[in-house]
Amino acid sequence: MLRWLPALIVLGVGPVRPHEPDAGRPVVVASKPFGESYILAEMFSQLLEAHGIRADRRLGLGATQIAYGALRSGAIDVYPEYTGTGLIAILGLPPEPDARTVFAHVAAVSAARDGVRWLPPLGFENTYAIAVRRTTADSLHLETLTDLGRSGSGLRGGFTADFIGRPDGLPGLVRVYGVHLREVRALLPAVKYAALAAGRVDVIDGFSTDGLIARYDLVVLRDDRHFYPPYEAAAVVSAALQRDNPAAIAVLTELSDRIGVPEMRALNRRLEVDGVPVAIIAADALRALGLTPGAAPATADRAEPQAGGAGGREPLGAYVRSQRGPLAAMTARHLLLVGISLAAAILIAVPLGVGLLAIPRSADIVIRVIGAIQTVPGIALLAFMIPLLGIGVVPALVALFLYSLYPILRNTYEGVRGTEAGTVDAGEALGMTNAQVMAYIRLPLAMPIIMAGVRTAAVIDVGTATLAAFIGAGGLGDPIVTGLALSDTRMILSGAIPAALLALAVDALLGAGQRLAARRWNAA
Amino acid sequence: MVTPDGGTISVDGTPTTALDPVVLRRRIGYVPQDGGLFPHWRVWRNAALVPWLLGNADAPARAGAALQLVGLDPAMFGGRWPHQLSGGQRQRVAIARALAARPGVLLLDEPFGALDAITRADLRESFRALRRSLRVTAILVTHDLREASILADRVAVLRHGRIEQVAPPGTLHTAPATPYVAELLARAGIQ
Repeated sequence: MLRWLPALIVLGVGPVRPHEPDAGRPVVVASKPFGESYILAEMFSQLLEAHGIRADRRLGLGATQIAYGALRSGAIDVYPEYTGTGLIAILGLPPEPDARTVFAHVAAVSAARDGVRWLPPLGFENTYAIAVRRTTADSLHLETLTDLGRSGSGLRGGFTADFIGRPDGLPGLVRVYGVHLREVRALLPAVKYAALAAGRVDVIDGFSTDGLIARYDLVVLRDDRHFYPPYEAAAVVSAALQRDNPAAIAVLTELSDRIGVPEMRALNRRLEVDGVPVAIIAADALRALGLTPGAAPATADRAEPQAGGAGGREPLGAYVRSQRGPLAAMTARHLLLVGISLAAAILIAVPLGVGLLAIPRSADIVIRVIGAIQTVPGIALLAFMIPLLGIGVVPALVALFLYSLYPILRNTYEGVRGTEAGTVDAGEALGMTNAQVMAYIRLPLAMPIIMAGVRTAAVIDVGTATLAAFIGAGGLGDPIVTGLALSDTRMILSGAIPAALLALAVDALLGAGQRLAARRWNAA
Repeated sequence: MVTPDGGTISVDGTPTTALDPVVLRRRIGYVPQDGGLFPHWRVWRNAALVPWLLGNADAPARAGAALQLVGLDPAMFGGRWPHQLSGGQRQRVAIARALAARPGVLLLDEPFGALDAITRADLRESFRALRRSLRVTAILVTHDLREASILADRVAVLRHGRIEQVAPPGTLHTAPATPYVAELLARAGIQ
């Protein structure tokens, strides 16, 4: 079984890290959500463990901004990053062609600005590879990105959201090569190769080390104007780890200049094409490099080798049965995230909705402002939290809390405001104070509507909580994020199906509560 | 409708402007047109509202007595929800609620308007008997001059917010003060 799954579940609410050096604490190793990043992070972790240093894995963090933000704030200690990405997407500097210059520049600015240290590169470059099907390349005579700029106006692009947004991604292609495609879709890394192969899109962004380029017989268009800077992979290390555990940094440096392009491509192929678990790939790679002893690493015995390629994996049912312990723990974590954030939202939003009745002219503005939070995409909201709250459970709870406020607030306000006028008039005319009208008439009569708001918020929460995995908060999003990164449908479903069932169950439960709230006195 | 535009309204000799409106309202029984019962309270709790607001420990007993007054058996009706009652029963509960704290003044806003003719006549008759036996001051708002003639000691005819005439029903007939009053009586078929 995939050995990092249990590791991810135990991510708890860690105490805020003290600022005194703490050499005994585990090293928090993270990755970005794609296969190569998982493999490298797993190699970092196993190498540390081979030297008796505990590793706490937080794999599959959102994307560049979340992972680097977490590193800068000290929420994680190390993750694999690429120098070109650091130069352009993180530090916002102009592209440069020379690999040594880029590394020196990035290392100097990161250290000065964020206290982050770039260890010497691992030995391979992984640049963007703009790929098309061979038939497309032949019919349009595409060999270079210049050709794509000239003849690509009828093609459909399918790019990762990261690529569409970053300056060295699509905007750069537009600026330097004049690439204007017929349409551009945002695709998850896990599906873009399949989408290209199936003819749903015609151009994708890949990585030069991707194992799937050869498998699908794709043509990578040459960067003939040398737009892309060098993207050398390297471990980036937090200021906290430099202070707490220099020995761990020395261990990680053992990997510097040890992994070449052919080696990395072979590792990626084992993952993407053969479907071998990351832990085994990493353990084999470390042994092959002579960095761990010949015997299997202590952690690998939990991982069972799997025969055959991606198609030959055990069926979903058997997989879910074998994972029911971890899945139960993830479901419990998921419910905990939803329950706590929802309870907090009720405690704030219901009194606020009641209070707004006293200031009806400002009420709409307040509700609209709270509603605007709803329009912030989940992953963006989580990213905003990192500088304030780091990663893990706390920022996830805060984000879910913020998402829950609006439906509860809106329904509470409309519910207490919309109480039938005759009933309220009777109460007032017979001598109820305003507070009594609220407590004994408006609130009880609004209860079914408030409950409906809570129900909406709960269902939104169950869905949104799957995103919490992007910032290492656990829950049923973990297998979804990992499965997406590793193109493992079975793993995706093992998280997505329970999450969907959970949403249905929560909806049904609260629906019953809602009916109960009104059943006795409703003329139904 | 709380502060008069001009003049004074006095209850038991005290101008209403000198009283706390909440305290004053608890001293006036109020019956709205549609009953205005709280749908989430059982009949008993509805009827006990004002004594309960006044902090009377015997509020349930007062509610029971009031229900008895309007002809509803508390044992039978006390535990029902308002939606389980007929329109006439609901209106009886509303009157019981208004009477439970034994106010000196009753204010009824078209209390029988939304009922069918038989129920209306029935309830009107009960109310007339009740008012005489309790000797309570009742101000009843109605559009039905026939109802006013049957129930009232004195009728004030209002037009555009001004009083056209205040008189016992008999005087209205014999000596209408304005053409409007005369026409109103003619139209109502009471001559």
